[in-house]
Amino acid sequence: MKRFMAFVKKEFLHIFRDYRTLIILFGIPAAQILIFGYAVRTDLTNAGIAILDNARDEVSAELTHKLEASEFFRIRYNLGSYEEIDPAFKQGKIKAAIIFPANLGASLAREGNASVSIIADGSEPNTANLVTAYTTAIINDYSSQLTRQVSQGMPVIIPEVRMYFNPNLESYFMFVPGVITLILILITALMTSVTIVREKEFGTMEVLLVSPLKPWQIIIGKVAPYFFLSLVNVIVILLMAWFVFGLPVRGSIALLIAGTMLYILLGLSIGIFVSSSVQKMENAIFISFLALMLPSLLLSGFIFPIENMPKIYDYVSMILPPRWFVEIIRSIMIKGAGFTYIWKETLILVVMTIFFMVLSARKFKVRLGEGER
Amino acid sequence: MEKEKVIEVKDLVKRFGAFVANDHLTFDVYKGDIFGFLGANGAGKTTAIRILCGLSRPTSGKVTVAGIDAGRPEEIKKRIGYMSQRFSLYEDLTVSENIELYGGIYGMTMKEIRPRREALLERLSFSHYSDMLIRSLPLGLRQKLAFAVAVFHDPEIVFLDEPTSGVDPITRRQFWEMIYETASRGITVFVTTHYMDEAEYCDRITIMNEGRIEALDTPAVLRKKYGTETIEELFVKIARPKTETA
Repeated sequence: MKRFMAFVKKEFLHIFRDYRTLIILFGIPAAQILIFGYAVRTDLTNAGIAILDNARDEVSAELTHKLEASEFFRIRYNLGSYEEIDPAFKQGKIKAAIIFPANLGASLAREGNASVSIIADGSEPNTANLVTAYTTAIINDYSSQLTRQVSQGMPVIIPEVRMYFNPNLESYFMFVPGVITLILILITALMTSVTIVREKEFGTMEVLLVSPLKPWQIIIGKVAPYFFLSLVNVIVILLMAWFVFGLPVRGSIALLIAGTMLYILLGLSIGIFVSSSVQKMENAIFISFLALMLPSLLLSGFIFPIENMPKIYDYVSMILPPRWFVEIIRSIMIKGAGFTYIWKETLILVVMTIFFMVLSARKFKVRLGEGER
Repeated sequence: MEKEKVIEVKDLVKRFGAFVANDHLTFDVYKGDIFGFLGANGAGKTTAIRILCGLSRPTSGKVTVAGIDAGRPEEIKKRIGYMSQRFSLYEDLTVSENIELYGGIYGMTMKEIRPRREALLERLSFSHYSDMLIRSLPLGLRQKLAFAVAVFHDPEIVFLDEPTSGVDPITRRQFWEMIYETASRGITVFVTTHYMDEAEYCDRITIMNEGRIEALDTPAVLRKKYGTETIEELFVKIARPKTETA
């Protein structure tokens, strides 16, 4: 145990001495959270909009005035026809176009309800969501005032929302679970494989193997600090998410930590497996990045919803650990789900972990025994 | 007078598939000796040294290191030191940290390590380097330090796998002084080398060729036996005819 601790201490020294490691460990998640936090503002100021007023009556004038008076919007264009909507969006100066139908006031008076169309720029889903939400709120506000004024009947304006460029805005950017998922796979798989391969490349692994340390002690000693740091990292990210966005963890924190530990363990065993397969650090980085990071980023469903992908990508994504972990962490954090809802994903991660552990253990044994000089 | 044997190898065979890397090696190494292991690349030196260090298992034959059978490598590992031709200290750790690490790995407590570390640094006149990163030291110093670290825990035997390759002549000279000093402390030195002049510094040498031991004795006796001036000539004489017919 004493031997082991001396070894673990050295591994921590490596990490803390190399500022690049520290930047990757803590700088990147912090930066990502802050960048996302800045980009995904929940408040809206002076978003450009265009108005196409086909009604030109009292109601449309009043609504236009209300939109303009709010600090959220600035009316950039008063459009004359439908044809002008598309160029207006393409210039990028407006986030939404609001269309009042020709008979707005009349149909409101006659039938008690009317429609206003809101077209939002779906190429920026978050902004689009905000714009439509704010517009809808302003219209609803006006409509409820009307209801109070006109006691007979129920004159209601129903906002109809359509997403421009991306009609089915099914998912939205769940970036905190996504960042945690990606950062963990980065730290665990990439960094552990690199740190083990580095010992091979510098020839220090040989010296360690000749020492009384047992091979499993070397491996555990090398990955233990990363296990610890990953956990600290997750907690830092969660705290930042809480303070920057007020994003709470709805489900059990213990369950979240347990799930995270399992995922870290899986990442570490993948890292160990990669390190047992390559001899050079560049290769370890290359494999981790290409085989793990990129597919994880693209296919885990954290940026692009899996439901919208061709079926084949759905199947491919099934072998990616992040896909299942994103599901687990989202369910616990956002939906507040208990273990009964995520046991399937958890089981998959357990099986994957065992698979990679057994595989690397066998590979390590082969390397030590026969076959290689 | 019979000297104490610290390494006994009898009929050691190591095969990799059809390839025989070590073909019935038999030799003994005596306590406190400097034992030179010579041979061209691919002669089977590294294979033999890996078996002696407990990194690889013999296919057949009897190997005893520090009185322990090769079947119990864990016990052997506690009693030996090792330094490879590839540099083996951690560049991003300081001199002190490297010493503490290896001391710790070999089961020493900080209480044991500290005074020995100070004494060692004093002896090498390295004291002012103690808190410097290995990275910032010149190569010669690093190599000397790597050797000092390999024997820091007072092993019974230290294995040096081409320790002086790529080192300047002055450092090599100093390095061999350290080897002498170590051997005089009763630590057996098992060294492989490419440099034939270094073979002259050894108490006994073994010349390997194609997996077999071709010659084994003191340098003086071998020179006389083969009628050559230097070990280099001797080596060429032994190794050449075989490699040409091969």
